[in-house]
Amino acid sequence: MDITLQSIVFVLVALAMILCSVLTVTTKSLLRSATYLLFVLLGTALLYFLLDYTFLGAAQIIVYAGGIVVLFVFAILLTRSDKSLNAKLKVSKILSSAVAAVAGLVVFGFCILSHSFAGQIAPSGKELDMKEVGIALMGDGKFQYLLPFEAVSILLLACLIGGILIARKR
Amino acid sequence: MEIQLEYYLVISLVMMACGVYGFLSRRNTLAMLISIELMLNAADINFAAFNRYLFSNYEGHFFAIFGIAIAAAETAVAIAIMINIYRNLKSIQTKDLEEMKH
Repeated sequence: MDITLQSIVFVLVALAMILCSVLTVTTKSLLRSATYLLFVLLGTALLYFLLDYTFLGAAQIIVYAGGIVVLFVFAILLTRSDKSLNAKLKVSKILSSAVAAVAGLVVFGFCILSHSFAGQIAPSGKELDMKEVGIALMGDGKFQYLLPFEAVSILLLACLIGGILIARKR
Repeated sequence: MEIQLEYYLVISLVMMACGVYGFLSRRNTLAMLISIELMLNAADINFAAFNRYLFSNYEGHFFAIFGIAIAAAETAVAIAIMINIYRNLKSIQTKDLEEMKH
């Protein structure tokens, strides 16, 4: 069994992501929760890089780490809800949530680990070409995505206008 | 040590379970939204990993890109709604949100 640099990086990122995602939902301060979420999102981007999807990883960092987490931090500070997580929760509520989450974890973990995925292709280390991504996003043939691309652009415009309309002062 | 598909699936599974736990146990709507982000990310990892290991085209890759764009749109609108609610009710705890009209 030879240990490559890639597998060391993978194990470190995996452990950090699991730890941070547990901390995201258990920490008492909402600002800390958002910070741990940032680490989980950066770890996800690293996983995409390890899968050779560099464009996807870059988009993940730009949109999530650069956009959404900043939006979260501003919203937390604007609504002064940083300390409000300390409100007492019923033990039964926490227990039932934990049972639901652990039950899902066990069932799906059993399914994943007992199923052998045939015909796995190991990542070759050759990254997905940027030119290929651009052509696939702009073409209208098979395995090309012009229509969803335009639909998403209209969705983003609609949510921009909707966000301004909802959040403005009357 | 070869990195298998299952390792990626286990990471995304743990993220998904954390998201479910946070969504059910948190009482602050922003904290619930953070849990939703965790779950969406777990789904995106699955798309990319399945695509890389089992298929030779790039459908999962593009699905993950569109998933990221839609998650961003959803978060922006949800945070706008919460800021509006805070302006009206001075609180965004779920127990105070019995009616949305004002």
